[in-house]
Amino acid sequence: MAAAVLLGLLALLIRLIVNSRFADFAVVRHYLFNRSILVGLRNTLVISVLAQMVGITLGVTLSVMRLSKNPVLSVTSWLYIWFFRGTPVLVQLLFWFNAVPQVFKTFAVSVPFTHIVLYQKPMVLFMTSFMAALLGLGLNEGAYMAEIVRAAIISVDEGQTEAAQALGMRSGLIMRRVVLPQAMRVIIPPTGNEFISMLKTSSLASVVLYGELLRRASDIYSTNLRVVELLLDASIWYLVLTSIATIGQYYLERRFARGASRELPLTPLQRIRRNLVPGRPWFRVLR
Amino acid sequence: MVDVQGVHKRFGRLEVLRGIDLEVHRGEVMVILGPSGSGKSTLLRCINHLEKIDAGRISVDGNLVGYRQVGSRNYELKEKEVAQRRAEVGMVFQRFNLFPHMTALGNIIEAPVRVRGASRAEATKRGLVLLERVGLEEKAGAYPSQLSGGQQQRVAIARALAMDPKLMLFDEPTSALDPELVGDVLDVMRALSGEGMTMMVVTHEMGFAREVADQVVFMDGGVIVERGRPAEVIGAPREARTKAFLSKVL
Ligand SMILES: Nc1ncnc2c1ncn2[C@@H]1O[C@H](COP(=O)(O)OP(=O)(O)OP(=O)(O)O)[C@@H](O)[C@H]1O
Ligand SMILES: [Mg+2]
Repeated sequence: MAAAVLLGLLALLIRLIVNSRFADFAVVRHYLFNRSILVGLRNTLVISVLAQMVGITLGVTLSVMRLSKNPVLSVTSWLYIWFFRGTPVLVQLLFWFNAVPQVFKTFAVSVPFTHIVLYQKPMVLFMTSFMAALLGLGLNEGAYMAEIVRAAIISVDEGQTEAAQALGMRSGLIMRRVVLPQAMRVIIPPTGNEFISMLKTSSLASVVLYGELLRRASDIYSTNLRVVELLLDASIWYLVLTSIATIGQYYLERRFARGASRELPLTPLQRIRRNLVPGRPWFRVLR
Repeated sequence: MVDVQGVHKRFGRLEVLRGIDLEVHRGEVMVILGPSGSGKSTLLRCINHLEKIDAGRISVDGNLVGYRQVGSRNYELKEKEVAQRRAEVGMVFQRFNLFPHMTALGNIIEAPVRVRGASRAEATKRGLVLLERVGLEEKAGAYPSQLSGGQQQRVAIARALAMDPKLMLFDEPTSALDPELVGDVLDVMRALSGEGMTMMVVTHEMGFAREVADQVVFMDGGVIVERGRPAEVIGAPREARTKAFLSKVL
């Protein structure tokens, strides 16, 4: 009954939207596969994946530092996390793009304590929109990933480390071969959520003029004034990306559940197939 | 092989080991008995330097555990050296502690390959021999979650043996097992002692202690209360505390 009422309301809402000429769906359809929008879609994917990778790498490093017995390492990690979690990512993006090139004129990689310069470039050329977006999103993500990885490392039974130590393994090896692979099971679900957020948060990179989906959409509507249609296009693509990521997350979680339980849970497809065996009551399908 | 002299160990204000002296010769089996909290696990862990001792000295096969003596002073060893010495001492835990993300064979070859630098093929060959020795050759590809407790513990023993240890430490290896699975694990340990392995075993299995042990020590409150041949300590205890303990476990 309640479901019927809800469905009725939903139908009403859709009719209202379509009739109100809130948006011209012909225009929505026209721009959905516009070349510029598709390039934006690709850029959104590229920056999200790269920033997430930076975040994961940093997160693992920071969490291992954080758990280290060496106070210099753990305090450094704590400060990093405190700073990057405590300031808005939008501010960090603007910082990299606008403030850094003003303060530091050149970017150079040199061998410490010598004058040997391996790489040098004016900062404005180094700090492109892409670089600022990658640093802004990636370094911020690193702080969040660090907390996720740390919780996961702590969740691994201490007996595992002891058994590995007793076999003569050293801490780096133990972390890599014993602790982190087991922590993965705990790391993956929240990391999936982080990546789904990242797909959306990457839209903030539009403020540093990185040509991702939102930037491309707003560039188009600033000339043709089809604001609603183009924002709808962007939203549709964001929904597509996040939906695919959600499915990917499900299968990844399944893969890493290996070894934890005797049998893997069924995938939704397997479950439907199994329940469609003739003779089974139909309502089993719903379970 | 093992020489423990005047060992003290404190956790905060709790003194868990209060002057332990013992000696285990090559090829001997020592069984350690004692009530819960008497410090048996702590003693084994100290022998492997999983715990640092506060006083005394422990040496295994002539090497000081965890320290290097220079003149009259002891310096703690670097992690690398500690790890090298640990690799020569096998340890089996009450809760098995197999690596759940690796197969039985994977568990066994991990340390030989990663620590000793053995080739995968060579380690695998050796691993299969060890699995056969503990009666589990057909379980090479099974994950720990697919094995019974007794099978897991036998894999854990094979894993320790894969490093060719000079000494094996067993901390209540059968306490977490269903009674019908205990026998298989004890059989493996019995065979091991028959082959001349030096072993220190914390256990409540009195039958095993009587049959296999060369020495039995009874610990209580962080000290050794009584020691001797199994027939003496278990068969005819002199101390009241030993008698009280034995009357509970026998
Ligand atoms: N890491 C630790 N920190 C603080 N106290 C500890 C620690 N490990 C052990 N203890 C304490 O030391 C005492 C001896 O512990 P130990 O595990 O050696 O006893 P045990 O003889 O092995 O007992 P059981 O038969 O229950 O295993 C106990 O009181 C225990 O609470
Ligand atoms: Mg114990």
